[in-house]
Amino acid sequence: MTLKNVDARGRACPEPVLLTKRAIDQSPERVQVFVDNTTAMENVKRFAVNLGYKVEITKDGQDFVLKISR
Amino acid sequence: MGLGTSDDAAVYRVSGDKAAILTMDFFPPVVDDPYTFGSIAAANALSDVYAMGGRPVAAMNIVCFPTCLSVDVMRDILRGGADKVMEAGAVLAGGHSIEDDEPKYGLSVMGLVHPDRILTNAAARPGDVLILTKPLGTGILNTAIKADMVDDAGYTKAVETMAYLNADACEAALETGVAGCTDITGFGFLGHACEMADGSGVTLEIWPAQLPVIEESIELAKMGIIPAGAYNNQAFVEGRVRFEEGIKQEVIDIMFDPQTSGGLLISVTEDRADALMKLLKDKCKTPFGMIGRVKKRGKFSIEVKDNTPRYT
Repeated sequence: MTLKNVDARGRACPEPVLLTKRAIDQSPERVQVFVDNTTAMENVKRFAVNLGYKVEITKDGQDFVLKISR
Repeated sequence: MGLGTSDDAAVYRVSGDKAAILTMDFFPPVVDDPYTFGSIAAANALSDVYAMGGRPVAAMNIVCFPTCLSVDVMRDILRGGADKVMEAGAVLAGGHSIEDDEPKYGLSVMGLVHPDRILTNAAARPGDVLILTKPLGTGILNTAIKADMVDDAGYTKAVETMAYLNADACEAALETGVAGCTDITGFGFLGHACEMADGSGVTLEIWPAQLPVIEESIELAKMGIIPAGAYNNQAFVEGRVRFEEGIKQEVIDIMFDPQTSGGLLISVTEDRADALMKLLKDKCKTPFGMIGRVKKRGKFSIEVKDNTPRYT
């Protein structure tokens, strides 16, 4: 099972969502997304949850890591 | 108006029967087309006068513009603004421009109102009915438009909504005889509703299924195409809004979505509500709705009821 990493730090909305979408299209099982602000975290979470994914969020310093899986 | 109730504009009494309303607003482009941006920015700046029941009489341009862009672009922005000011029946009396990295445009506006007939956001009374005169979702749509994610139909709806003057809605409100009014802009529907609730010392009960919403924004909200402002708005009213169980996340997000040139939120006595709805049907060119009611002050500023079958 491949794990696709998305580094969306420093990207403004809606880019983190669009990058996540591209990653999920390539790797529909598991994607891990790094973002550096709450808006991006909330938006990527909404996007993944709405597609039926489980989202686990951890805070890493200033960053958030979203583990997105089936 | 005092600052205490966060009203929409400054009011200065000129004489016994005349008060001046003073307001200004400007912002960076929300759409690529300069003329359209100009008309939206102007409609947005003029809105505060309508929110207070006034008539715009004079306006001045506020322009920030970079030297690297063609002057034609600035000319088109100004033309869009000027046409909108003319549509509002006001006079454009000059303005001021400075050089800036990013273009910005807006107006400083003067309006007139009879001092006894000022509409304020502090005049919602228990028993009143709440009416919203433009659909929500323009902030989400603007975010998506920038990423080229909106089709022509959605774009047109968003632009027409934002560029539409609140003049017709204001006229309907004045003709009906209402006292409570505010306009929905950057703080989002719930942010401005909170200001009205706290300013009036009441609780507003909101019926989400009745809210006019630009349909295209619902799917975008579900996708997480939500501007940062929506989250700031939510944080700002933290603890003041109670949501009933079962309200969909995208509906909550749309209620917090910062609006550009949004509609009027009108508080009208129940016996006049039908008359106002009828007048709006004749005059108002955007979708509108009876979206809640005013109750005696409870623990929360806003109670959002779950009656949401309309949006799926």
